Amino acid sequence: MAMEITQVLLSAQAVDSTVRKHAEETLKQFQEQNLPAFLLSLSGELASEEKPVESRKLAGLILKNALDAKEQHRKYEQVQRWLSLDIAVKSQIRAFLLQTLSSTSPEARSTASQVIAKVAGIELPQKQWPELIGSLLSKVHQVPPHVKQATLETLGYICEEIGPEIIDQDQVNKILTAVVQGMNANEGSPEVRLAATRALYNALGFAQVNFSNDMERDYIMRVVCEATLSAEIKIRQAAYECLVSIGSTYYEKLAPYIQDIFNITSKAIREDEEPVALQAIEFWSSICDEEIDIIDEYGGDFTADSDIPCYYFIKQALSALVPILLETLLKQEEDQDQDEGTWNIAMAGGTCLGLVARTVGDDIVPLIMPFIEENISKADWRHREAATYAFGSILEGPSPDKLTPIVNVALNFMLTALTKDPNNHVKDTTAWTLGRIFEFLHGSTVETPIITPANCQQIITVLLQSMNDAPNVAEKACGALYFLAQGYEDLGTTSPLTPYFQEIVHSLLNVSHREDAEESRLRTAAYETLNEVVRCSTDETARLVVELVQVIMTELHNTLEAQKLSSDTREKQNELHGQLCGCLQVIIQKLGASDPTKYALMQYADQIMNLFLRVFACRSATVHEEAMLAIGALAYASGPNFTKYMPDFYKYLEMGLQNFEEYQVCAVTVGVVGDICRALEDKTLPYCDGIMTLLLKDLSSNQLHRSVKPPIFSCFGDIALAIGENFEKYLMYAMPMLQSAAELSVHTSGADDEMIEYTNFLRNGILEAYSGIFQGFKNSPKTQLLIPYAPHILQFLDSLYLEKDMDDIVIKTAIGVLGDLADTLGNNAGSLIQQSLSSKDFLNECLSSDDHLIKESAEWARMAINRAISV
Amino acid sequence: MAPPDPRRPFKRPAFSDQQKRRDISLQRQAQNRRDAQHQARCLALTTMSLQNDSAATPDPQYEHSDPDFEIEPEAAVKDRDFDVREAASLRGREARRWFAKQLMLPEWMIDVPDRLNSDWYVCARPAGKRCFVVSSNGVTVSRLRNGGLLHRFPSALPNGARSNNSNRSGQSYCILDCIFHEADQTYYVIDMVCWAGMSMYECTTEFRFFWLNSKLAESGACTDPSPNHKYRFRTLVVYNCDQEGLKAAYTGPVSYLKDGLLFYNKHAHYESGNTPLVLVWKDENCSQYVLDTDSKGHIPDQQQVVLELLDDGRLATLDDPPVIFGCLDSDFIQKTGSQTGELLRFSINEGALYFKDGQLERADLNYLGKPNRARAFADSYSKVMFQYAARHSPLRIEHLLASIESSNHQETSTDADMLG
Repeated sequence: MAMEITQVLLSAQAVDSTVRKHAEETLKQFQEQNLPAFLLSLSGELASEEKPVESRKLAGLILKNALDAKEQHRKYEQVQRWLSLDIAVKSQIRAFLLQTLSSTSPEARSTASQVIAKVAGIELPQKQWPELIGSLLSKVHQVPPHVKQATLETLGYICEEIGPEIIDQDQVNKILTAVVQGMNANEGSPEVRLAATRALYNALGFAQVNFSNDMERDYIMRVVCEATLSAEIKIRQAAYECLVSIGSTYYEKLAPYIQDIFNITSKAIREDEEPVALQAIEFWSSICDEEIDIIDEYGGDFTADSDIPCYYFIKQALSALVPILLETLLKQEEDQDQDEGTWNIAMAGGTCLGLVARTVGDDIVPLIMPFIEENISKADWRHREAATYAFGSILEGPSPDKLTPIVNVALNFMLTALTKDPNNHVKDTTAWTLGRIFEFLHGSTVETPIITPANCQQIITVLLQSMNDAPNVAEKACGALYFLAQGYEDLGTTSPLTPYFQEIVHSLLNVSHREDAEESRLRTAAYETLNEVVRCSTDETARLVVELVQVIMTELHNTLEAQKLSSDTREKQNELHGQLCGCLQVIIQKLGASDPTKYALMQYADQIMNLFLRVFACRSATVHEEAMLAIGALAYASGPNFTKYMPDFYKYLEMGLQNFEEYQVCAVTVGVVGDICRALEDKTLPYCDGIMTLLLKDLSSNQLHRSVKPPIFSCFGDIALAIGENFEKYLMYAMPMLQSAAELSVHTSGADDEMIEYTNFLRNGILEAYSGIFQGFKNSPKTQLLIPYAPHILQFLDSLYLEKDMDDIVIKTAIGVLGDLADTLGNNAGSLIQQSLSSKDFLNECLSSDDHLIKESAEWARMAINRAISV
Repeated sequence: MAPPDPRRPFKRPAFSDQQKRRDISLQRQAQNRRDAQHQARCLALTTMSLQNDSAATPDPQYEHSDPDFEIEPEAAVKDRDFDVREAASLRGREARRWFAKQLMLPEWMIDVPDRLNSDWYVCARPAGKRCFVVSSNGVTVSRLRNGGLLHRFPSALPNGARSNNSNRSGQSYCILDCIFHEADQTYYVIDMVCWAGMSMYECTTEFRFFWLNSKLAESGACTDPSPNHKYRFRTLVVYNCDQEGLKAAYTGPVSYLKDGLLFYNKHAHYESGNTPLVLVWKDENCSQYVLDTDSKGHIPDQQQVVLELLDDGRLATLDDPPVIFGCLDSDFIQKTGSQTGELLRFSINEGALYFKDGQLERADLNYLGKPNRARAFADSYSKVMFQYAARHSPLRIEHLLASIESSNHQETSTDADMLG
């Protein structure tokens, strides 16, 4: 049943696009007409030594793509399709694939390895293809090194594809034995040793048991450390990759080896080639990550029964490690700051130094000060930059008490360097360091202010001046200003930035207009900073923020007028629209938060809305997330006046609700529906049929990201509260969905933290829906329509109470629902309520809660229940 | 399928402004949703707890007395749902009648409550006119305790001024309990009854004050006067009633003329009418008006009281149930032309209140006449007693401080001291 496809596969790679498209079309037809035959032909093509390597490779690739997809729902379909294939076909394909591992063509072998892993990923969890691992292991011992190499590679890919629970320990032991043997120094073929080392990287997650056994662990560690000394750079790099992974996966087993690891990594950082040195630095960075997490979790209080002990490896290695890292800082590349993609040893070293500072705190300060003092004024820019970078790197971690005196001395020097240093790289790092100073040592929580009335003006002048510097320096200056503004965020009515507000805004707008603002994400940084300056502004500058509305509107208007059609410029225009809409959103939210400024804002509401609609009109299929967010803020500020925009806006609301791919857009749009409901109240009604239909579709879709579903439930509540008893016609759809989601969300047993968090998020959404529906139907003759749902809802509340894993938000919402139910159903539900556990134990617990929001909701529930049962 | 790139963020602050915008939006929406639900619930509570007599025929004698003043029994309320929203839009006599009954009236402190230091707040009361301030439909109106109009003005309170873009007109209204202080033309807010449509009845003092302090400043009502905001509003500094708090309220400097101290029980809800859960106390150091003055502004030699004439001739205080000070015979009633429900002024003969077991048994009263027409209420029992004590053996600040000091002892001797 196989078909002849070599020619088609070759044509599909032709230079001539007509030939190529025709071939792709033919392949698609094959696939649709007879999938089993198509897959069989592809695997046969891949296995056949007579065929050209190009067609074999493409055959393997198409096969692989038929087994896997990025989107969850498509992947699920493909898995089901494979599982339902005839067993004879599958056996034949598997045989072709295994056979290909012995091919003399490295490309064919490598492609086959990947396809086998995909098949294994589908079949092993289903207990199918049980002989796979066994037959691979038997091949490892075959003589030809190229077969051995392909087999080890396949084992590595399989480990990457499946979870450790799929393979029994006996097979794990055999895989690890084969892999570690392949890594051994006496393995003659470098290709085999490299494949084995890479396979170990993927197999480490399977080695829990083996790492608990001292002898096996010693052996694995010895082999890995030996491989870091291989003559082959790729093997050394792969071995360090294993070491990095071991450092985070088996941190608690590392103590006996840490001295040896320090010795080999420090040598590698100093002497080895960059790709290896980078991994050696990464080892210490990941140890820092581990220790920061452990210390965070236990707050420094360790007891014998802490889950994971903290060995303070970094603290112990500190005096030896810091000098090594400082050395790396001098190995900068010219122009590294202009090139987004660069990652070199100086960058990695500084990053690691920053993590070390976060791990050990104050102890790092005396170790870096001599380096800074020695280098900060040297003639060679590398020394000045390295000294500054070292200082900037360690600002997060040590206490303000320790850092403030040093910063007070350094600040003037930095401000001078930022203005006067001839080197771009030094200025970049200086501006970045100033930003870090403001980020960590400036703000209402810091006792001794770094920024005082005496130096504030100078700091701002220097930063604004630097905004005319090269794009990379200007971008860092924007960042510094961002944190400078953020430090003044909770000030109330007056801010030290008030006298400079106008000048700052003016400079940032100028930056956004620079011809080179595309470079070094300068324009983005300018708008981000402008946003933060607006967010942190006070009443004193409210008038200026109102004026800014017109300025940003004009900017947006101008970009909409510009007729640019090439896809590249359209992309850029989109980005600019996003930035301007984001800025308007921040302003609307700021001005909308208090009545006097809201009225000032509202005079522009028509124009703003008109601009947003034009932004939407620029894009055909998707809606602009930023414009959507901004419209939510505008709807909130406008209240019922927003009604007049609905006829034009509604179609974009629909588009947003249908955007499954960019789920953030969908989520934002769901939030905007809530804003509109609260703004329009019963005037939302004409749009509700459409909105509810789309929301129900969203809920039923398995394409939509799950994080959007809880807000959709909350949105049901918003709609019901807005349109009251008119929600009647949606009850028959919404209630069963809420009910089944409620049943699913009751139990979290065995779930991880992330799942519990999601479940509580979901519960909150469901409960908010119930609250909104009950409150919406209150005092309506149709209240009785809700009575049939009451038993289930009370049972849901009781189950949640018994489950004992609600977070405070869910507790507050849940007890509120009890009150809403009692309030709306009154004595109709009196006896049901009295029978429920929630009305007794749960309510009593909430009444004596320390959380005032819970207590408040509970008081409400108590009153509503008393009334319901007394009548 | 290679190991992950070890590249880490370089010189990048760990934030995304876009994510920040999303997060702030979500927070705002969650808050708006909570507010909307809270409002729905509070309107329900208001309906449950407010009384309404708008169906009754307006009483032409209103200015003299208010026969409906006493709180109606719970049962009578049930079928007469009344909404603060409607009240906010009442005009003229209706409004006066309604608002006259909504203020919470503190009792006078005639003995020191238990647990003063843990369950009570204290603040310095501004001298001035006690009033309700209502903002709705783009205008702000203040009404005195008797329901009479004080000012009609634009303010920065929600919906307190007209504006081209005002929104939520039917919904957004506020009711504040204030004292208007003439000297600096400022409304000092002593309590919050409704805010932006949300009723604060049934909320604890603790919560009302928290809400008041956060919302009032946000609204812009505390700013200096402007064309759209004719009078400044201010909150009072409220202390926990411990030694330091009491001393601070008693002696601390304030921007207004002090007229005694107000004590609020932290757990009390806002109730209309007399309540023992808010207390007022004063002495010469913190008030110019310790002893009541007569209509000419002089302190009379003998204490005077205003009592209400009940239909059986008894003379009652404002309290619910009323305390009876005596009884008029029908001849006397006829001779003075007094009518049921009318207020009458008496003086108390020196040392002529007789007590038995701590209860008033009898009072020697002399009829003086009818009080000022603007007077809407009889005196409360606690007021009479406070005035009586102030003339004989006042409750002094030392007593209050001592009570806090010995708060563990259930019994204090203040009663005996004061009445002795």
